[in-house]
Amino acid sequence: MGMTMTQKILAAHAGLAKVEAGQLIEADLDLVLGNDITSPVAIHEMEKMTVDTVFHKDKIALVMDHFIPNKDIKSAEHCKCVREFACKHEITNYFDVGEMGIEHALLPEKGLTVAGDVIIGADSHTCTYGALGAFSTGVGSTDMAAGMATGKAWFKVPSAIKFNLIGKPSKWVSGKDVILHIIGKIGVDGALYRSMEFTGDGVKNLTMDDRFTIANMAIEAGGKNGIFPVDELAEAYMKEHSQRPYKVYEADEDAVYDEEYTIDLSKLEPTVAFPHLPENTKTISQMTEDIVIDQAVIGSCTNGRIDDLRIAAGILKGRKVKKGVRCIVIPATQSVYLQAMEEGLLKIFIEAGAVVSTPTCGPCLGGYMGILAEGERCISTTNRNFVGRMGHVKSEVYLASPAVAAASAITGKISTPEEVG
Amino acid sequence: MKACGTVFKYGDNVDTDVIIPARYLNSSDPAELATHCMEDIDKEFVHRVKKGDIIVADKNFGCGSSREHAPIAIKAAGVSCVIAQTFARIFYRNAINIGLPIIECPEASMGIAADDEVEVDFDSGIIYNKTKGTQFQGQAFPEFMQKIIQAEGLVNYINNKNK
Repeated sequence: MGMTMTQKILAAHAGLAKVEAGQLIEADLDLVLGNDITSPVAIHEMEKMTVDTVFHKDKIALVMDHFIPNKDIKSAEHCKCVREFACKHEITNYFDVGEMGIEHALLPEKGLTVAGDVIIGADSHTCTYGALGAFSTGVGSTDMAAGMATGKAWFKVPSAIKFNLIGKPSKWVSGKDVILHIIGKIGVDGALYRSMEFTGDGVKNLTMDDRFTIANMAIEAGGKNGIFPVDELAEAYMKEHSQRPYKVYEADEDAVYDEEYTIDLSKLEPTVAFPHLPENTKTISQMTEDIVIDQAVIGSCTNGRIDDLRIAAGILKGRKVKKGVRCIVIPATQSVYLQAMEEGLLKIFIEAGAVVSTPTCGPCLGGYMGILAEGERCISTTNRNFVGRMGHVKSEVYLASPAVAAASAITGKISTPEEVG
Repeated sequence: MKACGTVFKYGDNVDTDVIIPARYLNSSDPAELATHCMEDIDKEFVHRVKKGDIIVADKNFGCGSSREHAPIAIKAAGVSCVIAQTFARIFYRNAINIGLPIIECPEASMGIAADDEVEVDFDSGIIYNKTKGTQFQGQAFPEFMQKIIQAEGLVNYINNKNK
């Protein structure tokens, strides 16, 4: 019986020739990640431990991205706590205002995550790095603390679901539509405790940014991780961004999967997740009535990369955000921000009547920078639409691609790009 | 080890945003987090919860973010145990790591209603509904897990072992 791609990476990091689903292992970590919300709790836990050094100052990443630039005094205290810890332990990869970005866009861009790595992060969307062929998964602050202290974490080896992607997506279908379609199909606990392994001829038709988006939302199906095979495109990305050697693992021919799905990308349509769960999906063609919106958010660890901004700008160019709609564009990193500026995308957004913000997770989790009032609706390229996620408990979040969010900002109701003419 | 208390009952997919909304994540103080526990799903929870009470839910409890603040808020609110049909995996890990007892038991989840008085024996895994006189077999807590819970979390447990 063969191993899945995830199982092979875990086996190698546990010093074992073979592992199987359900087995408990202790694995060496290549990177331990935390942000300004989860790191203070981890630092507090680590201070209680009878260790006073971190396992490796280059293998910890601390990214201030949720409530920064600090939204209030308490957030400032949190960042101060992390800043002091980073200084004391000489953490190489500490990213503060001015050099930070949204963690899951930033780390691959900085070359800190590569194929074959085992990565834990005290943020649920840590699964994003599976796009590069790494095993990465979200944990809590205590696990982060133990990881920072020891460089190890225990895992239950997951079984897997295989998603065989075939075909080529049509013009307005992106990675976001692919993953929303999948979550709609299997549900928010459809992959609970398991790996989501994406494979098939269709993978080559997905950009790296599409793959980051898909892997990013594996957690929204309950998955432990999402992972892609490493092809030429992924290798080119890593060579461009990282000095680190990477290791390519492939699933065995006889690897065992709990379930297998074939998804024909050419048949997918722009898809929207209705409140209040990412599984409540409909294609826009299935929508029977107009959904009028008050706000459109384009950004986040899911969809704040350069491709996302190019797509949104392509639709907003020469058009205006509808009067009464707030359109908030958030480049995910400083580098994406700069590139968007150089390509003229920021000008397009501003001329269209959108606002452009410094990188932050802010609105995605209802932190700041776009909080919704009672009864308001937002179309958002973020990843969760739970009750109260972006503000008032009686507000609503509809999840969609950058193309749909941009088109909707123009029409004032949930729309496809074709509808803006 | 036993837990005993009155039940608060919830449905499927209780997410970490309703357990502790992100607008309160500018604090990591357990007592402060506890004052907002379950705020976006049950505004009465913090006013009614008593030390020892038990949360019972359906599928996928704790889905969403990795915020450890969620089990911390529940524990600091006085809850002695969470029983659900299934838990989201990060929440499961976090709960054990901070010493909040949680048990997966679909039968108990279906056989227990709001305001029932319930007793949980962690050694045997037996969940006893005192109100209805019914009993369910959950998974017993292995010794190391009971020790983590007694030590109020993984870090203290590791420190105790190293003493």
